Amino acid sequence: MTQLFDEKGAIIPVTLIQAGPCPVLQKRTVETDGYEAVQIGFDAKPERNANKAEKGHAAKSGAAPVRILREMRTEEASSLEVGQSISVEIFEEGEIVDVIGTSKGRGNASVRKRHGSKPGPKTHGSMYHNRPGSMGGSSEPARTFPGKPSAGHYGDARITAKNIKIVKTDLARNLIIVRGSIPGANGGYVIIRKGKKATAKA
Amino acid sequence: MNPIILEVEAAHLKADRPYFRPGDTVRVSVRIVEGDKERVQDYEGIVIARRGSGLRETFTVRRVSFGVGMERTFQLHSPRIDAIKVVRHAKVRRAKLYYLRNLSGRKARLVERRVSTDKLAAEAAVGNKALTDQIAKKG
Repeated sequence: MTQLFDEKGAIIPVTLIQAGPCPVLQKRTVETDGYEAVQIGFDAKPERNANKAEKGHAAKSGAAPVRILREMRTEEASSLEVGQSISVEIFEEGEIVDVIGTSKGRGNASVRKRHGSKPGPKTHGSMYHNRPGSMGGSSEPARTFPGKPSAGHYGDARITAKNIKIVKTDLARNLIIVRGSIPGANGGYVIIRKGKKATAKA
Repeated sequence: MNPIILEVEAAHLKADRPYFRPGDTVRVSVRIVEGDKERVQDYEGIVIARRGSGLRETFTVRRVSFGVGMERTFQLHSPRIDAIKVVRHAKVRRAKLYYLRNLSGRKARLVERRVSTDKLAAEAAVGNKALTDQIAKKG
């Protein structure tokens, strides 16, 4: 993340996203697969790092082997051709998007961190500092209800950050600059789609 | 810092910012917009801290007016800052001069550091190297 100044001189916190070039490697059609989608790639890797299957798959579209492959189900799928490259151009400044990423893994985390529970009193002999609280009733219901906040694995999950505004796009560097933060660690991979809520409203 | 971030920031950096250190007295000309009118107001005081790098660098200026201590933190590359002028250099032994907050009157004075323009230019070249390097990335 970094920051930029707007025309009034106020600070806007921003995140830079390297978006593209994304070659179209394959198309799913109703005839062959039962649904419409495009398979797009990102982050080209050298031939020597690709296995035979990856090389063969990439060769069909004339693109270099890629590290990330994702299928996008979109109505625009039929208008895209295999071998075509998708760039930052499909987004414009000021547009509202959703960014889907994998959040930072936090390992086995306590209820304090994972569910934001408050600590008990530190003093006055409370002896109740960082406990998860009551597990529920007794002989009725004789079980702990599902969803009871407890310690466990936290993070490293798919997170969708909705309604994120595009501050700027940079065609030369294939950059999308969005306002605020997005899920995941620096250098992580994300999917950007048109904002579902914003599109529904329009 | 990621090289792409440095590149994007480079376009917004202000090359005209003079080199100054904690302890220096500076006069900051701040652009103030009132309605549709714009005017420049000066704020003079001692720099007690500089933090951050690149476009995110800030500095804190402390002044005592009418017996009340006042601190303002500015974004070094903010377009709201019209100009920065270094008025006086001082000899200090640390990077953050927060101890000045607990001192007043004669005790809050800093010893002036008299340096030749040549030496100052050399110091500025070293101190601003990271900034000039980043500006060179523009393009």
